[in-house]
Amino acid sequence: MSDYKMHILVCGGTGCRASQSEKIVANLQSELEFHKIEDEVKIVTTGCFGFCEKGPVIKVVPDNTFYTEVKLSDAKDIVNEHIIKGRPLKRLLYKNPKNDYAVTSTSNIEFYKKQVRIALRNCGFINPENIDEYIARDGYAALGTTLTEMTPEEAIKIIKDSGLRGRGGGGFPTGLKWEITRNVQNDVKYVVCNADEGDPGAFMDRSILEGDPHSVIEAMAICGYCIGASNGLVYIRAEYPLAITRLKVAIDQAREYGLLGDDIMGTGFNFDITIRYGAGAFVCGEETALIHSMEGLRGEPTFKPPFPSVSGYLGKPTNVNNVETFANVPVIINKGAEWFSSIGTEKSRGTKVFALAGKVNNVGLIEVPMGITLREVIFDIGGGIRNGRKFKAVQTGGPSGGCLTEKDLDMPIDYDNLIAAGSMMGSGGMIVLDEDDCMVSIAKFYLEFTLDESCGKCTPCRIGNKRLFEILEKITQGNGVPEDLNRLRILANVIKDTSLCGLGQTSPNPVLSTLDNFYHEYEAHVNDGKCPAGQCKALLRYQIQAEMCTGCTLCFRNCPVGAITGERKAPHHINQALCIKCGICHDKCKFKAISIV
Amino acid sequence: MKVKSLADLKKIKAQVQEKIKLREQGENADKIVQVKVAMATCGIATGAKDIMTYLINELDFRGIEAVVTQTGCMGYCYAEPTIEVIVPGKDPLIYGFVTRDKAKEIIDQYILKGEMVDGVIPITYKTIDE
Repeated sequence: MSDYKMHILVCGGTGCRASQSEKIVANLQSELEFHKIEDEVKIVTTGCFGFCEKGPVIKVVPDNTFYTEVKLSDAKDIVNEHIIKGRPLKRLLYKNPKNDYAVTSTSNIEFYKKQVRIALRNCGFINPENIDEYIARDGYAALGTTLTEMTPEEAIKIIKDSGLRGRGGGGFPTGLKWEITRNVQNDVKYVVCNADEGDPGAFMDRSILEGDPHSVIEAMAICGYCIGASNGLVYIRAEYPLAITRLKVAIDQAREYGLLGDDIMGTGFNFDITIRYGAGAFVCGEETALIHSMEGLRGEPTFKPPFPSVSGYLGKPTNVNNVETFANVPVIINKGAEWFSSIGTEKSRGTKVFALAGKVNNVGLIEVPMGITLREVIFDIGGGIRNGRKFKAVQTGGPSGGCLTEKDLDMPIDYDNLIAAGSMMGSGGMIVLDEDDCMVSIAKFYLEFTLDESCGKCTPCRIGNKRLFEILEKITQGNGVPEDLNRLRILANVIKDTSLCGLGQTSPNPVLSTLDNFYHEYEAHVNDGKCPAGQCKALLRYQIQAEMCTGCTLCFRNCPVGAITGERKAPHHINQALCIKCGICHDKCKFKAISIV
Repeated sequence: MKVKSLADLKKIKAQVQEKIKLREQGENADKIVQVKVAMATCGIATGAKDIMTYLINELDFRGIEAVVTQTGCMGYCYAEPTIEVIVPGKDPLIYGFVTRDKAKEIIDQYILKGEMVDGVIPITYKTIDE
């Protein structure tokens, strides 16, 4: 029996660390020491809880009290009131935004209610830098059973039967990929983990590596056994320092325990993992570009076939899977294919992690069963739209995806439905947009991203996207003409059909999908010279309504370019030729006399 | 510590299980026995802390899956130490004047066999949910 009566779990993910969770740990520790109860209460730094919106978050067990937005100064009260006197601190509890009631336990928080955590099973539960805690959660048991009780074919069959598909975006069946790589004859093969997460707003792979790195290591070893490889490589972007640190610690611990290295568990199977750093290029998430980058070549994609399964890293058969895909593998081996395939939909089994962002109340990382509707994700888990605004669209699949609208809210989310609706699963970024977002600007934003990230190898992507971007810019500047809309569509389709790799083939998707769903917004820009959402500055005009202006001179004094004139106590006037549309006068006016037209 | 076989791994797992047991129990708190010890000033003054330690050790020694937590003043300051025992599927019971012997009796009779034990404080209040 350990002497600890309570554990305080403090989130140590990048988000919460940014809001000083490390210092909170130190403060809690010194408070415990001050009261001489450091032997009774243990502080554990865990991975991401997912509820990043309310970070830093802290959970006290066994009573499961969940504290949000904890400040450094709160450490004292947590120890004094909760730990010593047993009175949960009401002011730090999560409040249900719908009725303002404080909720004590995580099981009663809407954000967690509909989630099913498989890939994130240990995130926010164990200390990622402690291999023992992972082992206590059945860690490495799947590797043990696979090595001692199964042939590679049997293990591959389990993964195939489970229906697991690649979580990086493409959705290729994982078991099939392993089988293909296994069947290629070669003395050297490689297992590669793709941790080059590049979609703006997506951070599930980072969180898994930060919160549960051992699950990825274990799965890579299982994959190595299945395909006949003894070398693993993790390709991770150098911008993920915390994930890299924790992964390194985990690899060292696994080696120390003999779970990586030679003759693992006395079975004669050898496997080890090395880390390769990427410089953060979006295109390197594409597997052929990723492999070239690891080989020390330029991160440019090449034509497939040959697929990496046949000729990949250094020309050897290479199996590339994404972090989240790997994180699912040990659980599938432990619990069986049938259990996994009972979750989700017909063609998309299991769960998917989404990074929920944008204009929702509960921003964070969620894992939900496939087949859940967008409505449940946005309005139940996400807690609805911020500031009571109206839902407009949700962008999934990042710069390669498209947007879904009101009509798609009740569609079950899976790989195939999203594609049918003109978007894609992607790696799981989900950005919610409200009525204040201009869809033309959103399309322009994503296109600007792909424009930056295009490797420049093929013409349609390099030049086509540039031209596409210029047309969008022209429209948002107020210089668009009706023919531009048709031009956009033709050019987008050409880029889609003729680009070399996935990046170029999908880059016009945000444009096409906004054209399909929000054509009227494009029309308003080019025909009426108006931006319905009031976002495109060039199309806005600030105007003072004479009858409401009191002549207080506040706007006059704050205008940075001197565009406002008028006498005291008489209505003021904005000189449109000078106005730079900064909006300061609109924000400063106390009488709502300045309107946007 | 080298893991040389699957049996080794299982051995390590059994050893380290304790480390996270508290957290796993917390996740399933509503399915196992819960004991809440009133640990306000009056409770602490009458030895609630000692009772809590005793309960934790005794329940663990007998292999009973249970969560023992502390709570604030329950209002029965005349009857401290007081504890609240929740057996899944049954109404919560509050016991007053809990000594080590009483705690042992509660575990033996009520938690294990479901038989009533003297010393239950009748509930004289209503919660806001009712």
